[in-house]
Formats: sequence, structure tokens, C-alpha cells
Amino acid sequence: MAVSQQAWRVGRSRPRSVIPGFGLTLGITLLALGLVVLIPLASVVARSALLGWGPFIAAAFSSRALHAYALSISAALFAATLNALFGLLTAWVLVRYSFPGRGILNALVDLPFALPTAVAGVSLAGLYGSTGWIGGLLALLGIKAAYNEVGIVIALTFVGLPFVVRTVEPVLRDLSNDVEEAAASLGAGRLQTLARVILPALAPAWLTGFSLAFARALGEYGSVIFIAGNMPYKTEIAPLLITIELEQFDYGSASAIATVMLALALIMLLTINSVQAWASRASA
Amino acid sequence: MTSKLQASTDDPAWARVGLIALAVAFVALMLVLPLISVFAQALAKGIPGTLAALSDPDALAAIRLTLITAAIAVPLNTAFGVCAAWAIGKHDFPGKAILVSLIDLPFSVSPVVAGLSYVLVFGLQGWFGAWLGAHNIKIIFATPGIVLATIFVTFPFIAREVIPLMQAQGRDEEEAAISLGAGGLTTFLHVTTPNVRWGLMYGILLCNARAMGEFGAVSVVSGHIRGVTDTMPLHVEILYNEYDMVGAFSVAALLCLLAIATLVLKTALEHFQPQGLDVVAPIPERLRP
Repeated sequence: MAVSQQAWRVGRSRPRSVIPGFGLTLGITLLALGLVVLIPLASVVARSALLGWGPFIAAAFSSRALHAYALSISAALFAATLNALFGLLTAWVLVRYSFPGRGILNALVDLPFALPTAVAGVSLAGLYGSTGWIGGLLALLGIKAAYNEVGIVIALTFVGLPFVVRTVEPVLRDLSNDVEEAAASLGAGRLQTLARVILPALAPAWLTGFSLAFARALGEYGSVIFIAGNMPYKTEIAPLLITIELEQFDYGSASAIATVMLALALIMLLTINSVQAWASRASA
Repeated sequence: MTSKLQASTDDPAWARVGLIALAVAFVALMLVLPLISVFAQALAKGIPGTLAALSDPDALAAIRLTLITAAIAVPLNTAFGVCAAWAIGKHDFPGKAILVSLIDLPFSVSPVVAGLSYVLVFGLQGWFGAWLGAHNIKIIFATPGIVLATIFVTFPFIAREVIPLMQAQGRDEEEAAISLGAGGLTTFLHVTTPNVRWGLMYGILLCNARAMGEFGAVSVVSGHIRGVTDTMPLHVEILYNEYDMVGAFSVAALLCLLAIATLVLKTALEHFQPQGLDVVAPIPERLRP
């Protein structure tokens, strides 16, 4: 680390790298970024600015929109919390124990990255609907798990599942046994070691995974709409409200809501960046 | 003393078994069961029913459009990712950290917002709408819009995988090759590429899976014209909303097979390069603000 850091400083003071192609590749990168990402996103903000302040506030913070943000944020928080708990457990089991089927479990964790969200959506709606394999059982207990908030949290938990596992796993693997042995030899019990030594070391990575899962869940659409019920003021998530405004050709309102979602995404991006910076400082 | 230490760093058998059982149960309930239920519903009318659903002309058109979209979006993002990694990983310039954050932006933007942004730029009332209309070029509610929206959502995948790898590899080998008289392209192909190829393939794999499976962004720009602007995930939605369960789940099962193939290939790639391949690999410290 120290060597590469130093090499970097030396490299920085050098006037020009001998490696060619800088201008060309940076040019292509900036051009692609501008055309594909920045200009289109700017058009969303520009379109909502056209509305003027009053109509923007009216569209972006109508009571229907406020309900949608509140639902999106709270369901995403719920799902990210579930992912944090079960993700930590799954990472722990994958790193610390060896058992038959561990390789398969490890590969399966990434399924939500590989499976299209619409497929997850129809499948979960089928499973948790009142006639589905799980929904039928839950109905016997009087629990409704689809076409309401519970269904939304289930879908968001599905899409966010890999994030916590994959951020905690490498840190847990690198955590040396020495500190645990030291804690034990100083008389700490297993639970005490866990709470005072292991969990604090995992906390930055754990929080990174939580925020990644939350950010992903906040904007998620495909897996949710099939299981959500999509009732205005009740089970209508914010991205769905954007598509509804669009279907009515109300581009202004759609842009206003999208601008709020963009602001939330930027806040999450900054949060994740600073949490990751903290995480890599902590692990260094 | 040793046995006490042992006991303190190893969990008791009951805890071990209990935790493994809990993790396996969670993954089975959340991931395996949905997968099984897709295949069960696809095969509800037997294999002939599934095959008939898949050979429907609209289903075939959706499969074709999905393949075309991925065939355009993935190579473009590969070229972009390699360029970005070369500029960021092998050179120094001010604003690098901000550039990396901006490349990451599509990960945190809702796909629906992405789709909306393309409608606002290329749609009839959009910035270029009048000009495009006058020249009879259709982007929104047509294949180009679907491809563009797909490029947006998969934009960071390959760059994010290759930037940390090129960064970690340093510049010594490239500088040596250049000083010995190799050209830039030769150096890239024979010195850099062998060092990053597994990571690059890993990024391409994940990019392809997302490109074929994207729903939200594509849904906004597609216009849902059956047999024309329907990708496979959109076709699943249409059939599902028409209560054609065998049809919907047959196309969904095909996408499940794609996901399973992706996971198998991904596991194989991790055997070649177990360290440094990670879907959520943090960007190296010095790149961040």
C-alpha cells in the first residue's frame, strides 16, 4: 500500500506519462459519458425547470407523490435491513464453515444480478399470491403477502440480496484469527468476541452493503410492479408514478417526480462513496 | 489453554449447524423457490405447451430483439469500458475521482428515470424530436431507443470491473514495452489485455445478463408494440397481464436459463482469477473524492 501510494505520488509529479492513448481514450470516455448519461439526465432536470417553481412543487410534492416517495423509501429501508441481517449471516456461513453445497450456495447468491427483474416479479407474485405455494400457506395463517406492502418488501429483498453478502464477505475473509484468539486468551467469551471484535471490524463493509442494497431498492421497478398491487396512495411506488404520468403524456409532472428521484440517487451515491472511503480506510 | 482457545474461535456444533441451516433456508426460500416455480409454471401444460408458447411469432420476435439489443449494447459498452479503464487506470489527471463517480451514476439512477430521460431527448416533444421527425428517424418506440436505454443501464458494468484491475496492475509493464519500442496498440493487446482478460470477460458476462434482462428503462421507451418493440422481459409482462401463464412463464424460463448459464460461467471465471473479481468491488481509495 505504502509503496503504491508513493509510486502514485512520483507518477503524479512526472510531467507526462510515456503510455500513449491518453487523449483518445479520455476523449471517448467523456464523449460516451456525456451522450449516454449526462445529457439525457440533464434533460430531466431541464424539463422540470420549464414548469416553473409553483407547478414544479405542485407536481413533485403532490400528496400522491409524497405517498409514493414514503412507500419507496420505507420499503427500501425495510428490505435493506432484512438484507443486512441475512446477508451478514450468509457471508459468515460462506466464509467460516465448510459444508456440502457451499459452492452452490455461493453461486446462487448472485442470482438476482443475473435474473431479469421482470422474471423475479412474475415469479414472486405467483409464489406469494393467495393461490401460490407460499401465499397459500400464509393465507391459512391470515397473512397477505402479495399486492400490499409486504409483497413490495419481498421483491426488494430479492433484488438487493447479493449486495451485503458480497461486501461483507471479503472483509470477513481477511479478518485474521489472531484478533479473535487474542480476545479469547484475554478471557472474552464467544459472544463477547463477536460483539466487541468481529462486528466492529465488519461495520464499514456492512454499512456499504446496506446502502448499496437501499439505493438499488429505491429505484427498482420491474420486480415490484407485479407484486405491489399498484393502488394510488397505498401501494404505488415512485418509479411507477413516473410511468403513469408518462402514459398520460404529462411529461412535466413525470420530470418533476424524476428530478426528486434523481436527487435521492445523488444523495445515495455520495453516501455510498463516503461510506466506502471509510470502509477502505478501516480495512487498510 | 489450546482447547479453550479452540473453543473460543470455533463456534459450537449446534450454532454451526443452526446458522448454516438458516442461511440455506433463506437462500432456498428467496432464490431457489422462485426459480423452480418459473419452470413449474412454464411446464404446466407439458413440454409441447412450452415449445408452442416459445415458437409463437411474437415470442420469436421478442427473442430476436433482445439478442439484437445485447449484440449492439454489449460491444459498445466493452469498448467504452476499456477506453475508460485505459485513461483512468494508466494515467493521472485532475478530476479522476469525479469521473469515476459519474460513470457509476447509472447504478443508482432508477431505470424508469433513465427511460424518461431518453423520451425527453429523442421523443416527439423532446429536444431533437422535431428534427428527428422531419428526417423521418424514429428512436423512441423503436429499436434505437431500446438499445440506447439498455446502453444507459449497463454503462458502468465493464468499466467498473476493468478500472480497478488496470489500476492494480500498475504501469511498469506498459512503460517497459513502450520504452523497448512497442506501439500503443501492441502494448495494449500483448501486455495489458492478458492481465485484465478475466475481469473483462466477467464484466462482459454481467453486462450481457443485464442487457438481456432490463425491464424498467426499456419499458418506458418501447411503446409495447407486439412483435416489433417487445423484448423478452416486456413480452413476459404482456403475456402475464393477459393471464397467458404458460406463455409468460415459458419466456421467463428461457431468461432463467440465461441467468443460470451466467452464474455457471461466472463461477468458472472466478476459478481463473479468484481475487479481484467482485460485482460490488470497491473502487480503490485514491480514486475516490
